[in-house]
Amino acid sequence: MSGAEALARLEDVGLSHDGGKSFVFRHVSLTLQPGEFVALLGPSGVGKSTLLRVLMGLSKPSEGDVAGPSQESMPQGAGASAHRRRAQALVFQDARLMPWRSVLQNVAFGLEGLGLNRQDRRERALAALRLVGLEEAADRWPKRLSGGQRQRVGVARALTVDPDLLLMDEPFGALDPITRSSLQDELLRIWQQTRKTVLFVTHDIDEALKLATRIVVLSGTPAGLSGELRLEAEQKEPDSPAFRIYAARLRAMIAGEPDPGGAPYWRSAEI
Amino acid sequence: MAAVSRRQRVVLSCLGLVVFFGGWEAAVRTGLLPSGMVPAPSSLWPAWLDEVHGGFWQQAILDSLSHYALGLLAGSLLGAGIGLLCGMVPVLDAFLSGIVHLLRPVPGLAWVPFAILWFGLNMAGATFIIAISVFWINFYATYAAVRSVDPELYELAAAFGHGSFPGRLFKVVLPASAPGVMAGLRTGLGQGWMSVVAAELFGVPGIGARMMQASSLLATDVVVVYMLTMALLYAVTDFLFGFVRIRVLRWQA
Repeated sequence: MSGAEALARLEDVGLSHDGGKSFVFRHVSLTLQPGEFVALLGPSGVGKSTLLRVLMGLSKPSEGDVAGPSQESMPQGAGASAHRRRAQALVFQDARLMPWRSVLQNVAFGLEGLGLNRQDRRERALAALRLVGLEEAADRWPKRLSGGQRQRVGVARALTVDPDLLLMDEPFGALDPITRSSLQDELLRIWQQTRKTVLFVTHDIDEALKLATRIVVLSGTPAGLSGELRLEAEQKEPDSPAFRIYAARLRAMIAGEPDPGGAPYWRSAEI
Repeated sequence: MAAVSRRQRVVLSCLGLVVFFGGWEAAVRTGLLPSGMVPAPSSLWPAWLDEVHGGFWQQAILDSLSHYALGLLAGSLLGAGIGLLCGMVPVLDAFLSGIVHLLRPVPGLAWVPFAILWFGLNMAGATFIIAISVFWINFYATYAAVRSVDPELYELAAAFGHGSFPGRLFKVVLPASAPGVMAGLRTGLGQGWMSVVAAELFGVPGIGARMMQASSLLATDVVVVYMLTMALLYAVTDFLFGFVRIRVLRWQA
């Protein structure tokens, strides 16, 4: 495993709901380096979201070690209220906004309890809304938003706590293709601006290729990491030959077939 | 079916009342209903004026309002509070479930002997009877509302640093269950007035006691005056509570 600068690490992690008779996933080892955009790719129902929650500390693994950024908030000194933050934040597939809070109050949810005053909370929440282009919707109720807007609010809520690790659980999976594509573009822009470490769960190969700097594939029964790809900018051009080769290789990894080959940086995880 | 506008609703509901009282008056005057059994609506006005001039009406309202307000407050707070805790704490829920099933079917009236024994023939006894009947409505409404909170909201709270008991209570449970809790409070407002009569049955002064006195004298017009008084008081409390409800649940609008 690489150096001490790793941001989060799973080591030989397994999860069983029946005391070890059968496993959802097993022998999963994964290290996240600062600044990476990692896509966790796999078919529906394979346990990607559960793995994400284990990494966050929201679920306990049945075996193995988890070292993530801690659940705790990170108040950095008394005077530095603008820098109070949380180690990690999550964006849900269903946006999961609280209907009784306005858009702004939803975004400020993670800021509460960090020792910020009302004015600081408001300014930081507004800044996050500005980042996702929804500043004018600050005082609306969530039910007045479209699906894409709700998802933007979910992204803003996660960004406003300035997390070291941003976890995204199929955040655009329920959106129509046009909205999904524009939110993907926005996420890339935000990521290039903030250089947050991102772990992005998806079952969409094109989405993983478009967004990530590294793709890890979770598949099989019990699921394990069945492959990994590192991507350079030139390989992320849709409809380029490299993009198509990578997509074919990812499909093979998901299906558990032999790697068709054709591009560098490939290794098969030993299980 | 044609939709009925808000304005049409009000007009139609007033029309219904006019038909009801008009038909009633006509039935008594034509002898269809014997006047000894049912007072004519036209006789209610003088009966009401008599009660007001004697000061009985105002005093009865003041007395009943004080039992009602205290009983409602105590019953609502305790019912909603214990219902909330049972909804959130499975151990407490399981521990109390037997006791709840034992006490739930006991009607408010059955507590009257104990109210007299424990509190005496006074305001505290009447307050106790009202509080008990309001308690159960709020207990069940709040319990159900808390139990039906979307568990995914707890996960949301945990993911953003509010996974502790106070975090879940204040950031999730209280706002998420507010619609159900408000519905329980509102039902309790009505139930409270209904139990005022039971609470004053044994002689604590108030609207209920005055009704009992009048009925023992077969003064049916006075009984009806107090029935209508209670309906009016209920309408006023429900109307005022509407403002609270709209304020608390404005996100539902």
